[in-house]
Amino acid sequence: MTTPSTRDVSCQELVELLTDYLEGALTSDEVASVEHHLALCSGCAAYLDQLRMMIEALGSVTVKTLSDDSLDELIEVFRGLVR
Amino acid sequence: MTEDEGLVDRLRAGDEAAFAAVVRDWSPAMLRVAHAHVRSHATAEEVVQEAWLGVLRGLRLFEGRASLRTWVFRILVNTARRRGRGDAVVMAELAGPTVDPDRFRGADDRYPGGWREDSAPAWWEPEARVLSAELWAVLTQALTELPERQRAVVELRDVHGFPAPEVCDLLDLTPQNQRVLLHRGRARLRSILEVAAP
Repeated sequence: MTTPSTRDVSCQELVELLTDYLEGALTSDEVASVEHHLALCSGCAAYLDQLRMMIEALGSVTVKTLSDDSLDELIEVFRGLVR
Repeated sequence: MTEDEGLVDRLRAGDEAAFAAVVRDWSPAMLRVAHAHVRSHATAEEVVQEAWLGVLRGLRLFEGRASLRTWVFRILVNTARRRGRGDAVVMAELAGPTVDPDRFRGADDRYPGGWREDSAPAWWEPEARVLSAELWAVLTQALTELPERQRAVVELRDVHGFPAPEVCDLLDLTPQNQRVLLHRGRARLRSILEVAAP
């Protein structure tokens, strides 16, 4: 009899583990379970693929910075300080 | 000379363009951190502005033991905490499944918790893999609609590239809660893209 080191995880459980998986926060047994599942399950593999694409896309999203007024005020102060 | 020393020297020498550039580059992440500590957008702007004033006042004394960015964000967090509401993480931002339970098979199924046949995620078409302008707009908008702390964590980690320990520190989160917020935010954004993707 073999003692499997991996526990079967359902799709529903797996999708909640993927950030911990990507963050390296799972134990080696959990990693093995996740990877075993991903190798066999197209739906979950597609889910992870979408997550990765989305994370990559976020890297080039532009988000709001300070208002122009605040920025101008700061530069004004900066000018005063170095004079 | 490191990049940091070069920047500090330019700021000390009164290089206005260098100052404007660094304020533009770092303020979006600073706003996000400030938002996690205070209630209104106006107050968050004030906190960021006040932090930059503190940076300017202290620049002479900056010794370069930490990176300039770390030092600037340290000043920001101290400013934000003074003005902050000090709420604990809102539990509602941490609880519940991130994928609609109806997409999975029930407990009495042969494969409980497996995707239902008609609701498993589909592989995106090759042309959808490079996000279209339309999907970009969807993603950018969805980001602004995330609950405050999820948005803070996702923006700091995935948009600005801050390492996890720094995010925990800036937002007063345990490593566990930081991961939960990141997960929930990312899962929400993915689900919105999934609906919008061709």
